Amino acid sequence: MHTDLTARAKSLPALLPKWLRDDRKIAILMLAPSIIAVAVFIYVFMGWTLYISVSNWDRPALDLSFAGLKNWQRLVNDPRFHIDLRNLVLFAVGYMSQCIVIGFLLAALLNERIRGEVFFRTVFLMPFAVSAVVSGTAWRWLQVPSAGINLLIANMGFENFRPLWYMHPKLGMLAITIMGAWQFSGFVMALYLAGLRAIPDELREAAVIDGAGTIALYRHVFIPMLRPVTFTAIVLTGAGSIGNFEIPSIIGTGPGFATDTLGFYMFEQTFRSSRYGLGAAVATFMLVLSIPLVLPYLISVLREEKE
Amino acid sequence: MSWHRLLAGSTKYAVLIAFAAFYLVPFYVMILTGLKPLEDISSFEIWNMPKSLDFGSFREAWNQMDSNFWNSVRITIPGAIVSTFLGSLNGYVFAKWGFRGSNWILFLFVFGMFLPGQGILIPLVWVLQFMGLYGKVNGLIMAYCIFGIPITSLLFYRYYASVPDELVDASKIDGCGFFGIYRRIILPLSGPTFAVVGVWQCTRIWNEYLMALVVLGNPARAPVTVAIKNFSSMGVIPWNLQMAAALIASVPTIAVYLLLGKLFMRGLLEGSLSG
Repeated sequence: MHTDLTARAKSLPALLPKWLRDDRKIAILMLAPSIIAVAVFIYVFMGWTLYISVSNWDRPALDLSFAGLKNWQRLVNDPRFHIDLRNLVLFAVGYMSQCIVIGFLLAALLNERIRGEVFFRTVFLMPFAVSAVVSGTAWRWLQVPSAGINLLIANMGFENFRPLWYMHPKLGMLAITIMGAWQFSGFVMALYLAGLRAIPDELREAAVIDGAGTIALYRHVFIPMLRPVTFTAIVLTGAGSIGNFEIPSIIGTGPGFATDTLGFYMFEQTFRSSRYGLGAAVATFMLVLSIPLVLPYLISVLREEKE
Repeated sequence: MSWHRLLAGSTKYAVLIAFAAFYLVPFYVMILTGLKPLEDISSFEIWNMPKSLDFGSFREAWNQMDSNFWNSVRITIPGAIVSTFLGSLNGYVFAKWGFRGSNWILFLFVFGMFLPGQGILIPLVWVLQFMGLYGKVNGLIMAYCIFGIPITSLLFYRYYASVPDELVDASKIDGCGFFGIYRRIILPLSGPTFAVVGVWQCTRIWNEYLMALVVLGNPARAPVTVAIKNFSSMGVIPWNLQMAAALIASVPTIAVYLLLGKLFMRGLLEGSLSG
């Protein structure tokens, strides 16, 4: 098809505006399948999920009759949902702060002309190359409360400090944040390191000449300049907190759902118990949580790129 | 002054080494446990070296998951190739043939990418069932191709936007059309970006778990990530097999990461919109 069109275009150089218009049509035509696929598989599907959340579909057989807010009522009254909300807060606080603090600290250290930088960088980012399923599997073994890391702690002389890790009935979620941060803090380190490397040397030199010490340099120059990176890190780790699914799927939901998440709850309700309406309500809730996190970020990135 | 500096210097290295240990310990323990036979596995001996090099657990894990490993290969390669080519074509349109509203479309592509996958799972299963692709490798490949479009289009768009418009305009004057410019100007410049996007997509698809579990839960057809999960939900937990399986599943992506780290890093920075 396209040889035909280019041949025609070449043979009619006089009609320049017209073939230009044709090429635009070809461009739109080429993009159309992707637009349709994304529109259907992302946006129509989301709207559909929203509709299922107000339908009567709560058994294997499809039932899309309107149910009003029945599923939402059930969701709001489900104690497991309350625990999951609390877990989301615990996870987000632990995970986001670890990723951002560790990521920033390591990037700042690596930026100091360190010997073996490539080695350290490679090691720090290596967990990101494996699946979250692998992280869950390895850490589940390391955090066995009767042994694992606790053996190391005991060997260091802290015999009475025996955390229950992911088996803790209240704070199990914090143990999960370690597994998440193990994978993602290296990613944040890479973001910060790229950000630090993009800061011109003159700026640093000027600040040093003005008498700024290391701490002042970071407080008044680097950290403010790295604000966009911090924004990115907050959005990515925040989105990761909302979508968290892999680790509870591997290590289980713990005592009293202490390590359960919205993502896993949605999965179990929908695909294990066939409560599609309730599952869809959880999924919609997750979408609604994500939008105010992601939207301002994308708008600000877009605005910057235009400038 | 100099002892002060020495102290600061060694503190830096001490912190870096401590974190290197933190990142490496899970790998170390996986290898250690994977090298022990089942009868030597006890959580109290997690830190002990194996008595002898025993690859039995790896052999056993491989025998149980080799079909899953090849399933992952069969899913990852076409998924990565198709989504990368689609991304290149879309990125070219967005960067060089922008039309009214095309920026909005790109924005909606990227926005969808950041939203949780749970939001589309139920309709996805329904549609795949309707198409006869539910529980089939091809269904999962199709899903990965479609859900890969936003990230691949974005990565190529960002690269093509940096290609000077003058190059495109010049070849328009030479009589090249949409495809002529793509073939003669854009594609020859795209090699490195194809590598970055291809590596990124391969890693992401290989490691993906949620959609794989939902679409291909059947143990015989499942990819490796689901196979690891199946090892861990056996009655008595065979830690040695689990660790061996997790390591085997990680070999391809770790190899890609170690060999092509630069490409991996670029995908990471560009894809998070901060490159």
